[in-house]
Amino acid sequence: MRRFSWFNATALTLGFAFLYLPMLVLIFYSFNKSKLVTVWAGFSTQWYGELFRNEAFLDAAINTLKVAVISSTIATVLGTMAAYVLIRSGRFAGRTLFSGMIYAPLVMPEVITGLSLLLLFIGIGLDRGILTIVLAHTTFAMCYVSVVVSSRLMTFDRSLEEAALDLGCSAFEAFRLVTLPIIAPAVISGWLLAFTLSLDDLVIASFTAGPSATTLPIKIFSAVRLGVSPEINALSTIMISVVAVGVISASLISKRAAVQQKRDEQAADRAAG
Amino acid sequence: MAQNGNKQVFSPWTDPSAKPLIQFKNVTKKFGEFVAIDDLSIDIFEREFFALLGPSGCGKTTLMRMLAGFETPTTGTILLSGQDISPIPPNKRAVNMMFQSYALFPHLSIWDNIAFGLRREGGSKDAIAARVEDMLRLTRLTKFARRKPHQISGGQRQRVALARSLAKAPKLLLLDEPLGALDKKLRQDTQFELMDIQEKTGTTFVIVTHDQEEAMTVASRVAVMDEGRMIQVDTPDRIYEAPNSVYVADFIGEVNIIQGSASQSGDTVDITFAEGQPTIRGTTDKKFANGEKIAFAIRPEKVSISAEKPDDMENALQGKILDIAYLGNISTYHVELPNGQIIKSQIANTRRISRRIFTWEDTVWVSFTDTAGILLKV
Amino acid sequence: MKRFTLIFIPYIWLAALFLVPFLIVVKISLSDTALAIPPYKPALDLAQGWAGLMAFLGDLDFENFTFLAEDDLYWKAYLSSLKIATISTILTLLIGYPIAYSMTRAAEEWRPTLLMLIILPFWTSFLIRVYSWMGILGQEGLLNQLLLWLHVISEPLKIMNTPTAVYIGIVYTYLPFLVLPIYAALDKLDDNLLEAAEDLGCSRFKAFWLVTIPLSMNGIVAGCFLVFIPALGEFVIPSLLGGSQTLMIGKVLWEEFFSNRDWPVASAVAVILLLILIIPIILFQRNQQKQRESEG
Repeated sequence: MRRFSWFNATALTLGFAFLYLPMLVLIFYSFNKSKLVTVWAGFSTQWYGELFRNEAFLDAAINTLKVAVISSTIATVLGTMAAYVLIRSGRFAGRTLFSGMIYAPLVMPEVITGLSLLLLFIGIGLDRGILTIVLAHTTFAMCYVSVVVSSRLMTFDRSLEEAALDLGCSAFEAFRLVTLPIIAPAVISGWLLAFTLSLDDLVIASFTAGPSATTLPIKIFSAVRLGVSPEINALSTIMISVVAVGVISASLISKRAAVQQKRDEQAADRAAG
Repeated sequence: MAQNGNKQVFSPWTDPSAKPLIQFKNVTKKFGEFVAIDDLSIDIFEREFFALLGPSGCGKTTLMRMLAGFETPTTGTILLSGQDISPIPPNKRAVNMMFQSYALFPHLSIWDNIAFGLRREGGSKDAIAARVEDMLRLTRLTKFARRKPHQISGGQRQRVALARSLAKAPKLLLLDEPLGALDKKLRQDTQFELMDIQEKTGTTFVIVTHDQEEAMTVASRVAVMDEGRMIQVDTPDRIYEAPNSVYVADFIGEVNIIQGSASQSGDTVDITFAEGQPTIRGTTDKKFANGEKIAFAIRPEKVSISAEKPDDMENALQGKILDIAYLGNISTYHVELPNGQIIKSQIANTRRISRRIFTWEDTVWVSFTDTAGILLKV
Repeated sequence: MKRFTLIFIPYIWLAALFLVPFLIVVKISLSDTALAIPPYKPALDLAQGWAGLMAFLGDLDFENFTFLAEDDLYWKAYLSSLKIATISTILTLLIGYPIAYSMTRAAEEWRPTLLMLIILPFWTSFLIRVYSWMGILGQEGLLNQLLLWLHVISEPLKIMNTPTAVYIGIVYTYLPFLVLPIYAALDKLDDNLLEAAEDLGCSRFKAFWLVTIPLSMNGIVAGCFLVFIPALGEFVIPSLLGGSQTLMIGKVLWEEFFSNRDWPVASAVAVILLLILIIPIILFQRNQQKQRESEG
């Protein structure tokens, strides 16, 4: 009996227009011939060309990808371990502190996280560079991964693990052969989340990156501080497109899987009935 | 009952020389303050189909999880073939469990689910394949071997769970509400299938259920549990016809309970239960003190109903029909005695077309023999 | 043994890279500024053992906090951050609730797509989403061009580099965080409840007010905190859209650290910001707890 009224239609139209128009404008003006960003002077892809000739941007992009791949991978391993500990280990000494350390970075302002890590690296005399950014990103990303994975583990039917033990698995085998394959989608989305957060991070990277290594967000930030730039528009367009293609295909795949699953279940019930 | 009818009666529990497969010796299990199992001792024998029956929270699931190794007793010991199993982890026990939720691995095919336990043992590929095929045949699942659990029906999933837990040929199979998720019709068919498979494989089955009909149908012995204790352990017919307490009599099937004071002479007891009412006569081999408060329990199907007072019954009481419940195969009459006590009487509807003789407000006689009921302490 | 390793590794990692750095911040906030590397004193000299530690503790004081209390720049920055975060949270709620509500009214087969459209901006770069408003809100930006062309205004509006631009930026970037929990709460709502309310004599609006709003309260509270908490310490939005006249504490901290190189004061600013955040964080946790309990 849910009624979709004119009010609902208007709210959704305006809401999504608000969310998407700024990005569409950005994409549109990335093909502008003029350097003046607000004056349309005809179609051109010259800014894409300029972007790919800009070595500083390319270096920063490579650094960013390196950092993102390494830190999100370590973060996924650590975060999954942490989630498992939180959900399965029951009580142990310092459990409250542990769960506090998992949840606190999620709400901690980035300026504070960045500042504190920088002070640590200076304190122990670690030179700032790729390594320090990786350490910093891994730390906050593992908390996000552990939240994603632990919410999956919470709904995980424990009797599946017990069945594996019952059938002769050691605890580690039960995790590897049963738990991990089943929670894999959550682990993968945890990895993707960590990867995106790392790609995206400006503040913490600014604190922990040294002069030897900058990342793309740092480069973008220093460029746009001075005003709108067509090269950045081109770069933004590329980044938005990659994400859009990724998210849309992921949702199509999961939708198809859900439809298939439903169809299978119906077929099975019909066969039985 | 039925499963014992066509061969020599299977009753190792009456044989003092028989060695039990499982022994619980004064086992207590506490969860914090809560006592789940209270100083419980019991023997279960090889090839038995043993049912643990009780309301939820009575400790039956805890008992089963201790056998599987997921819980350890707080005090007391559990022996399997004479060996203390408490130090053995679940993955090293010759005990397998069929879970209430079936716990089929959703990412593996039916074939791989059944092979899962065999692969952990590390047998040869051919041996595993042969064993899996055997199990698939036993449970009539050969056609579905390549499917995933979500691609088969509830009844088929139940059989996969059974095949998987039987594949390793355990000494003991634990079944936690194995038929709970099936609808009534399928449940009845599956009960007989379970008995058939148990007989074919010769495995000892321990089943947990809250469904008394299911326990009565499948089990060689039924243990009625309440609040962490065994109230009665006996064959289904003994549990029904000779309950040892009002709790068991009331828990299994329908029953009329009449409370009164006893006066015993030899093995007959007269019970005075209400002023102005005749006494009820029963027989017993127990001893009751004169004037002791006791309960007389009688099943509704052992109570007859008639318009005239019958001459051949030891007990006959007059009352008024209060309610009639027509259930198809039987009808239950609720007769109110002058003191307010209600007696239920069940009459089989053996003829398709017959006029109902009695109706509401009719005055009738309820009657039963002196051996039809049982006398219980309260 | 295995269980121990499993707990130990993430535990040590977080202790070393989250807890210890945080303690360092607290420690430095109690130190004095110095023209040295690192630019603060005292430095802890463990080589001197117990005496060194005592001397070190003796040199710590609350001077920086006194300084913060006396200089009204910091007061204003904290107050202005609170004000901006509060107003943007209310604005986000006013815009986000109708969106979340309308999503639950949409046809079943459309809902996954709508949900994806809400989540998609979340995966795209935060920095780029903030940046996209720079071309729109500027003096010669698209919005002014459009309004001039429509003759709504005769002079270009000054939006860029004002708090208004910061509100827009916060509402825009945090909208998905608010819509998702409210949508989740509304989606669980049983339609029969509304029908029952109408059956018992409520008007449609009254039923919405007496049934829908209270039953989505957990989602509203969660969503508001998810906007308010990060907005309070926000740095990117005020520095790109707010200009020099918008004071926000995240920006002050950044400048104190990078421009003034005053580490002790920057650390003190961070400690106070955290103290302010503790209350909403605890309230948020309690709300989440309540929600988990009500879901059993």
